[in-house]
Amino acid sequence: MTEPLAYLLFGLAAVVAVWAGALTVLNRRVDNPLFYAAAVVEVALVATMVGGFIALATTDRDVDGVTFSGYLLTIVLILPIGVAWGASEKTRWGTGVVVIAALVVMVLSWRLLQIWQGTSV
Amino acid sequence: MSDASTRSGPGRILVAVYAVFALAATARSSVQIGTDFDNAPLAYSLSAVAAAIYILATVALARGGWARPLAWAACTAEAVGVFTVGTLSIVASDHFPDATVWSVYGQGYGYVPAVLPFLGLAWLWRTREGHAG
Repeated sequence: MTEPLAYLLFGLAAVVAVWAGALTVLNRRVDNPLFYAAAVVEVALVATMVGGFIALATTDRDVDGVTFSGYLLTIVLILPIGVAWGASEKTRWGTGVVVIAALVVMVLSWRLLQIWQGTSV
Repeated sequence: MSDASTRSGPGRILVAVYAVFALAATARSSVQIGTDFDNAPLAYSLSAVAAAIYILATVALARGGWARPLAWAACTAEAVGVFTVGTLSIVASDHFPDATVWSVYGQGYGYVPAVLPFLGLAWLWRTREGHAG
């Protein structure tokens, strides 16, 4: 879990958050482009999870493994659940749910980095 | 009859935010209780109570209909809890060596825990029976 990777995830999720936020303001439902954008972020998150577990298993540093694993599992679940919950509401509020989900991914990617570096409990 | 009002429109976001806090509080209290419960039994027990209330509120708001009284109860308990625990965490900080969701009125979570129960109660009020919304 390197800093560039955390910044990449944070940035990708931020793009989705801003995009979904704009659609919410414009009174638009979750559309296909937003769905695909979220899917791209999700691919990056799944890759991060796999890489994260490998890194956790091979590192010789003292990392809080339970918390780190919990965050890795959570971060890949947030977007699919958020998009599913949001897309089934056919108003702007469904798009707003995607904003929340993307914001949570941003926070989690930041926390993942902190936990990996041991800078915060 | 299925009552979708509490999970429709803005309620969609409300349920999503409640779900996030249900998850955060559950995960946090599980780790706290599982790893060093003896360190702060009061704080960690209240952490678990907060988690249970968030789960109940999430499910009841998503369900609506017959579950509305449960949602009222959960949001009320949450409002009482966040201000009780928030105050306790300041005046009796010895018992709160480690932060919980409700410590200092949810400071660690952008004070969202202090606002959320009132959004929940307001939403239940707005979607009450016989009210056009």
